[in-house]
Amino acid sequence: MRRSSALGRVLGNGSAKHGVDNWWVQRVTALALVPLGVWFGVSLLLFPRFDYGTLTQWINHGWNAVLLVALVLVIARHSYLGVRVVVEDYVHPPGARMVTLLVLQFAHVLIAVMGVLAVLKVALGNATFGDSA
Amino acid sequence: MLERSRPLSPFLHYRWQYTNTLSILHRASGILLAGGFGLLVYWLTALANGPVAYTRASRVLSHPSFKGLLALGLLAFAYHLCNGIRHLLWDAGFGLERREARRSGWGVVTATVLIVVLVGCVVVFGSRGVS
Repeated sequence: MRRSSALGRVLGNGSAKHGVDNWWVQRVTALALVPLGVWFGVSLLLFPRFDYGTLTQWINHGWNAVLLVALVLVIARHSYLGVRVVVEDYVHPPGARMVTLLVLQFAHVLIAVMGVLAVLKVALGNATFGDSA
Repeated sequence: MLERSRPLSPFLHYRWQYTNTLSILHRASGILLAGGFGLLVYWLTALANGPVAYTRASRVLSHPSFKGLLALGLLAFAYHLCNGIRHLLWDAGFGLERREARRSGWGVVTATVLIVVLVGCVVVFGSRGVS
């Protein structure tokens, strides 16, 4: 039995103001993924061919590199929060749950960085800033 | 008799119905799409590594066994997108009545089938062929 007051028990547990952060971010990223996902899907359908030249040219055109980097980052955030909820529901032993979540989190960050770097490499490798045709 | 008419806790009388089916499918499609994210980055990385690496990756992705997986990915994408919009509308406070939720559930299934069939037609009968 703990001999502490009601106030003493809650002090140091942190503020409750951030309790809905993950819930909110999950919804914000979902909202962002509606147009981004549709844009990416339609883009895939509109490619005349899936060859190297077509795709690098596409990434270098207009806003495509920007949207592609945004897509990778938003998917990574949304995906991690999603699989986290599933793991928290089905992996019960605290140790296994912690390890699973850490592995998934590291994997998501690593894959996101790889994706961003890949898009940047294609986009900056052939970068034509300004008027150079 | 009186006790029987009182509501039970959900876990005491849970039975299979359309709501939990759609919810489970949302999670399953989400997990599949998380794997698809890895595939997307694999594809982008191959593109960044140059024409030779990209051609090699294209051969892997257009392998027959991968085509089935990509078709499953399309199904998961279409469903997760449509049902995700349904969830966002719920979060905004719309369509929470049972009748509306049932109707939107069927709407999601219909829209998913339509998208998959439409995209499938474009891919199969499109000018660029299956590649």
